[in-house]
Amino acid sequence: MGFQLNEQGFDALLSELSREYVIYAPKCFAGGNTFTDVDCIRYGTVKCVRDIVFDRKSDYSFKEAFLPVSETLFYFTEGETREADAPRKKGAVIFLRSCDLHAVKRLDEMYLNNGPEDFYYRRLRENTKFILMGCSQSFENCFCVDMDSSRSDNYSLSVDRKGDYYYVDCRDESLHALLKNNAAGELAVEPEYVRENKVHVHIPDNLSIQAAKSTIWDEYDSRCIACGRCNFVCPTCTCFTMQDLFYSENGKAGERRRVHASCMVDGFTDVAGGGSCRRKNGERMRFKVLHKVYDFKQRNGYHMCVGCGRCDDVCPEYISFSNCVNRLGDAMEEVEKHEK
Amino acid sequence: MRNEYIPFLSEIKEVIRHTPIEYTFRMAYKGTVKPGQFFEVSIPKYGEAPISVSGIGDGYVDLTIRRVGKVTNEIFENYAGGSLFLRGPYGNGFDLSNYRGREIVIMAGGTGLSPVKGIVDYFADHPQEHSGMTLIAGFKTPNDILFLKEFAKWKRAMDVILTVDCAEGDTACQIGLVTEYIPELKVKDIRNAVAVVVGPPMMMRFSVQGLLERGFAEKNIWISQERKMCCGLGKCGHCKIGDRYVCLDGPVFNYTEGKNLID
Repeated sequence: MGFQLNEQGFDALLSELSREYVIYAPKCFAGGNTFTDVDCIRYGTVKCVRDIVFDRKSDYSFKEAFLPVSETLFYFTEGETREADAPRKKGAVIFLRSCDLHAVKRLDEMYLNNGPEDFYYRRLRENTKFILMGCSQSFENCFCVDMDSSRSDNYSLSVDRKGDYYYVDCRDESLHALLKNNAAGELAVEPEYVRENKVHVHIPDNLSIQAAKSTIWDEYDSRCIACGRCNFVCPTCTCFTMQDLFYSENGKAGERRRVHASCMVDGFTDVAGGGSCRRKNGERMRFKVLHKVYDFKQRNGYHMCVGCGRCDDVCPEYISFSNCVNRLGDAMEEVEKHEK
Repeated sequence: MRNEYIPFLSEIKEVIRHTPIEYTFRMAYKGTVKPGQFFEVSIPKYGEAPISVSGIGDGYVDLTIRRVGKVTNEIFENYAGGSLFLRGPYGNGFDLSNYRGREIVIMAGGTGLSPVKGIVDYFADHPQEHSGMTLIAGFKTPNDILFLKEFAKWKRAMDVILTVDCAEGDTACQIGLVTEYIPELKVKDIRNAVAVVVGPPMMMRFSVQGLLERGFAEKNIWISQERKMCCGLGKCGHCKIGDRYVCLDGPVFNYTEGKNLID
C-alpha cells in the first residue's frame, strides 16, 4: 500500500515510531570526515526527516547503528557472571539502501545460521524494522546491479523523496494505520532503484581457490597499509574479537566485550606462542576478496559482497575492490596456464 | 534461547605436571565429549583460549595446557585450589568409527598429542577394535615429553615409537623426526590403513607427504588444525580458512578436504 506524506506528516510518523523504536538514519556530521573540512555521512539517531541525508551515500554502513561496535556480553564478579542487558531497551527502525538491506541477509546468515544462533544478535534483530531508502541514481563506486542487490522487497517501509513530498510503500501491516493517519494521500508506490552503475564487476565462472596462488595479490603487499577501513565500512563484515576489561586493579569485577574486528589488520590471526597466518598485506587482501566473492558463496549459495562500494570510497591508498574483482579472470588464467 | 557465550565455572580436580610449562588440568565436567573437540578456557581479565580435550572420564575432562600466552600464563600462576571458566565442547572431534577395525597409525608432534590422546586411550583399552596400531610421538627433547606414564601403558597395547628431535646423554627414546619412521612402518594393507596426524604445521605437512609416499590414500588421513578463535561458534571469523570454519567444520579435517585449505 502506498502513501504520499508531506514533511509534517513524515515527522509525525517518526514521532509516533519513536515511542517504541530508536530511529537510526544516515546524518551529516559537518567536518567529521577523515579529510579536513569534509562532512561525514554516518548513522545516528534522528527525530525529524530533515536530519536524514537522502542525496548521498553514507560513508559508514547501517551496521554501526544496528550492531554496537563494542558490545558488552556479560559481567564478571569473582566466580559469577551476569548477562549484559540489551544495548537498547526499545526496538530499532533503521533507514537504509537496498544494498544494505541485502547485507542484513548476510548478517543473519552469519549470526543465525553459521553455527548456533547468536544470542546477542537475535536479541537486537528481533525488534528491528528496516525502511528502504530508494536510490534514484547510482552513487560513485557502487556496483549493486552486478551484485544483484539493487532491488529489495523485504522492507517494512520504503521511502523516496521527490520535491516536497515523501512517497512511502508499506509492507508492514502493523504500520498501516500509522501511515494512513499521517498521509496526504494514497497511491501506488514503487521504490526507486538503480538500473545501471558506472562501475561493473565480472566474477569469472571458473573462479576457484586456485586464484589464491596468482601473483595479482603481490602488489597489495606494499600498496595496502592494513588499516582495515575497508572492513569497518563494509555492511557485510561480521568479524569480532573478544576483550576483557576490568574496572579496578584488584581484578574482582569486569566485563567481556566483543568489538568489531578486521582481517586486514595486524593480529587478526595471532595465536599464543607467536604463530600467525597471512603476514603479508597482499595475502590479507586475497583472503578478504575471495571471501566476499567466492568462498562465502561456496558455503551459502550467494555472494557476500553487495556492491555498495564503500571500501573503494574509504581506502586511503585508493585501492579499488571492484578493480581487484575484475582482475580475478586474469588471476585464473595465470594459475591455469601455470598448471598446464 | 541459550546464550553460548557465558562460561560456567569448573573445578580443577587435579593437576598433572608433565614439564615445567605443560600441565594437564583435570576439570569437572559432565556431558558428552569426543576426542579432538576443544573447550574455550577463560580467566576473567586475561581472556579466553581454545584448549583441546586430552582425556575424557567419568565427571571430568582433561585439558593439557602449555604455558605460552597471556591466558595460559595466568592459569599456571594462579590455578592452586581454583577453578576455571569453560564453555564448550566445540568442534567436530575425531569420529572413532572411521578407525574401528582398521590398521591405525597415529602421528603426533609435541602438544599435538593432546587432541589424539583420546583415540590412543580408546584403542589401548579396546585392542580387539583395531587390526594393528602404531603411535609415533615426537617431542623436542626428553624434557618435553608429555604423558610419560601413559606411554608405558600404550606400549603394552600397540607399537609405540617415542622420539625426540635432539637429546643429550642416555635417553630411553629414539632420536629423530617423526617423519623418519614412516618408511619403517609395519602396515599389512597400506591402501586401507588409516592415519591421524596432529602437530605443528611443518610436522603435519611433511608427515602427510611421507604417508602419501608410502601409499596411504588421501581419504584415509585425518589432520587437526589450530587457529586463533574468539568464539568457537562460527561467528568471530578468526579461524576461517577458505569456506571452512575450523571451530565448526574442524578442527579435524579429512585430508581430502584439508589439503585444499589455504589460509
